[in-house]
Amino acid sequence: MTSVIIAKSKLNDFLASLKSGYQVLGPIHQGDMIAFGPVNKVEDLALPYSNTRLSIKSVFFPQSERMFGYSLDKEDADAGIIKETPKEYPNRVVFGLRPCDAKAVTLVDVNMDNPQYQDPWWVKRRETTTLIGLGCEHPCSTCFCTSMGSGPFDETGLDVLLTELPDAYLAKSLTPKGEQLLKQAKGTDAASPAGEKTAAEIKTKAEQALPKLETAKLKDKNMMELFNARFWERVQFACINCGACTFLCPTCWCFDIQDEVSKKAGDRIRNWDSCMFPLFTLHGTGHNPRDHKVQRVRQRFMHKLKYYIDKYGDGPACVGCGRCVQACPVNIDIRNVITLMNEYQTSAGTKA
Amino acid sequence: MLEYVDKIRDIARRLLSENKVDVVIGFRQGSVPMMSEPAVISRPEDVDELYWDYNCGINLTNYLTKRPDRIGIVAKGCDSRNIVTHMVENQIKREQLYIIGAPCHGMIDRSRILAALGDQEPTKVVVNDSEIVVTGPGLERKFDRKEYLQNNCATCIHRNPVIYDELLAAPVEEQKLTNRYADVEKIEAMSPDDKWAFFDKMLAPCIRCYACRNACPLCYCPTCFVDEARPQWVGKSIDPTDVRTFHFLRAYHCAGRCTDCGACERACPVNIPVRLLTKKLNKDVEDLYGFEPGMVPDVRPPLDVYRPDDPGGFIK
Amino acid sequence: MGNPYLPYPVRIDEIITETEDKNLKTFKFVFLNPADEQAFKYEPGQFAELSIAGKGEIPIGIASSPTETGFLKFTVNKVGLVTSHLHNMSVGDIMGVRGPLGNWYPLKQLEGKNIVIVGGGFAFTTLRSTIVYLLQPENRSRFGDITVIYGARTPGMLLYKDELAAWEQRSDIHMHITVDRADDPTWKYNVGFVPAITEQKAPSAENAVAIVCGPPIMIKFTQPVLEKVGFTPETIIMSLEMRMKCGIGICGRCNLGTEYVCKDGPVFTLAQLNNLPKEY
Repeated sequence: MTSVIIAKSKLNDFLASLKSGYQVLGPIHQGDMIAFGPVNKVEDLALPYSNTRLSIKSVFFPQSERMFGYSLDKEDADAGIIKETPKEYPNRVVFGLRPCDAKAVTLVDVNMDNPQYQDPWWVKRRETTTLIGLGCEHPCSTCFCTSMGSGPFDETGLDVLLTELPDAYLAKSLTPKGEQLLKQAKGTDAASPAGEKTAAEIKTKAEQALPKLETAKLKDKNMMELFNARFWERVQFACINCGACTFLCPTCWCFDIQDEVSKKAGDRIRNWDSCMFPLFTLHGTGHNPRDHKVQRVRQRFMHKLKYYIDKYGDGPACVGCGRCVQACPVNIDIRNVITLMNEYQTSAGTKA
Repeated sequence: MLEYVDKIRDIARRLLSENKVDVVIGFRQGSVPMMSEPAVISRPEDVDELYWDYNCGINLTNYLTKRPDRIGIVAKGCDSRNIVTHMVENQIKREQLYIIGAPCHGMIDRSRILAALGDQEPTKVVVNDSEIVVTGPGLERKFDRKEYLQNNCATCIHRNPVIYDELLAAPVEEQKLTNRYADVEKIEAMSPDDKWAFFDKMLAPCIRCYACRNACPLCYCPTCFVDEARPQWVGKSIDPTDVRTFHFLRAYHCAGRCTDCGACERACPVNIPVRLLTKKLNKDVEDLYGFEPGMVPDVRPPLDVYRPDDPGGFIK
Repeated sequence: MGNPYLPYPVRIDEIITETEDKNLKTFKFVFLNPADEQAFKYEPGQFAELSIAGKGEIPIGIASSPTETGFLKFTVNKVGLVTSHLHNMSVGDIMGVRGPLGNWYPLKQLEGKNIVIVGGGFAFTTLRSTIVYLLQPENRSRFGDITVIYGARTPGMLLYKDELAAWEQRSDIHMHITVDRADDPTWKYNVGFVPAITEQKAPSAENAVAIVCGPPIMIKFTQPVLEKVGFTPETIIMSLEMRMKCGIGICGRCNLGTEYVCKDGPVFTLAQLNNLPKEY
């Protein structure tokens, strides 16, 4: 794969050349937050930045999305028949997302796109989107990506990885999609060995700056014994069962499907949902298997840090982006929970 | 206010070892600058986990709802008024509680400080009554604490607990404010079109996470109106109409009950100033009924009581 | 790439009220497009999402057997928004069916074995599918003895009453129908809770597998009875009920430990369930 240099003075040329083939998204200011939005020129970009408040997942999986439509007009021959909502999937580039977000997308892929079932909207958007990541020279104090199988310059899930040098970006293509993008882009020059060496040093320094949480023992834990551990009572007290952690998390994918009707027509839409909400598991009969807060809090952490590992032999389903740590209104810290789980003594693990 | 830490621990130790309460609810020190974690302590040997500082803005009364046990609870002025409201609304009994009253000097506003720091990250924040000292990589800044109080603390006139079993310090002097509702009045003065645009923009970032609702002690309905399915009152998407309906209706459900504790604004992960809605309704209730919530334990809120001379001018 | 969230349009061909309290109705659906029927190849034990435009979807076990061609049958209990609307629909109305979903009773692995079917209340639907399948001439000889223990609260609450009576007459299946209580003096079958009748009538567990489907309370008391008779967690097969939405293992709602009840289940052995959290 190729590496090129994009001089900061030529970044506008680079972005402009992308626009002929792609819609360009990147981190932009939205109120006092940073979110992924349309980028036309360099000045639109909210750089430098630590990370977006909401993760990259909205790009592939919007919070509210129309799936189908239908007529309810009795005069209509098609009344009651559910039809696909026409959608467009323009080619898009996301410029400047962080490697943790890209890795998260690959962790969600296995859920949305597997041999038995494929979510058509997720798959289409993944096919038509190219990801240009920006490595983190200065990770945040709440980041712990290197402990979760990612890293400030991790390449998983990215098509191109940028490393910021003093006057330029070193751009390395990682996939055929990325290769094609760099080949067609303007504003690029050949990379130099000196630039590559500087980039490697920046990467090493950033990785070493990150804390090390131990997660290696999670896969060998006995799932049911970990489930029945006493420490969940202590972890769960502060939780207010809102959806802040799940909605900001790049690896949370749960959603609800609802029909909304207006006069004689309607849509079937899906909205993000959260295992934190008490009604998430409520049966029609009124029975609720997770009606106690401790069960819901435990479910989230067990799913991300144990069930996913046991089910897919990959993960955990957390990339250490730290958004939940920053956003939780009552400071429930997943880093503490990871340590509690990793250190908890169980007999040998059994993969279900 | 930092001297409260030792006192809270002593009182908790005493209450638990003398079996006066089953648990003590307070705060643990945060793992992230300017945060704190609500904690429940049930053994005297664990009381040293309890902490107190200028980041204890979450309302602990939220954790009292329908608890059956005997509870020691640390309560600021606003929290204590919510305890009163909880008692009036049958969510907790007075005899279950040992209220450790904390005369409050005002909590600091984490989101405003983070905004002021821009892309610089704080790794350590030390606060005392006069200043906030922020340090981080390549960062050392001081802020005047009075300038960076939570918005509700800046306009608070009930810093001292109105109900308590023991105070952590002598009562503090209440603030004398000329106009507590200046921010509400600014919006009241807008034209309808401007108001619409203002609230549209204010609520645009909402992600329906319900952190505001869940952090609020008043919101204890087993099934919130937004979660009802038969009939479904509100859509669950982020369609602006549904978002507005949720926020406006929730504010109405808090009218005449809200103590402006600020937990909702503190909880919001996208920094929506939701108190602009509840504060307006508090002002209206004060103007129309002369009522301030949570001050007296045996008075029901005005929207809960019918009196023949109730103002009715707003009923059209 | 097909859209797994898109239902096949069907028309309601027949509605039968099964129970005396009118809360359970069996719906017979006919596909509008013959190609859809070809695509809908299912096994006993699977479920489908019944889809009503404007109301929503509900996961319901398929009551018809794959050996019954030309239609699908579902028996639906009226509990909520979608089911109430469905109960008010008429023959000829259009709605949607998505599936077949989930795994199925492992009947292939049970060939040569005796099968004990234990069902309670309106969880009997997929068991009907199983029984009709097993009793087909081309299938029956591949299996050993078939014993069915099925109970409801009262005689009027039993499902498929005509078929139960017909099966009772057959010699290739042992039927033990029971009710919790019977005020009807003409009631000629058993009276007693399903766990009690199971204890009385359950045949030997040797070379046998039990398929159990019923409300949580029935399962809780039947399971120890079966184990007493000699069934092991590996030879007790159960079908779980769970709140579901997508039915295809993507939306996350029915997640139970490492499994999605809609995709890796709803059929599990008791041995598998013993290694999963009891959150169902």
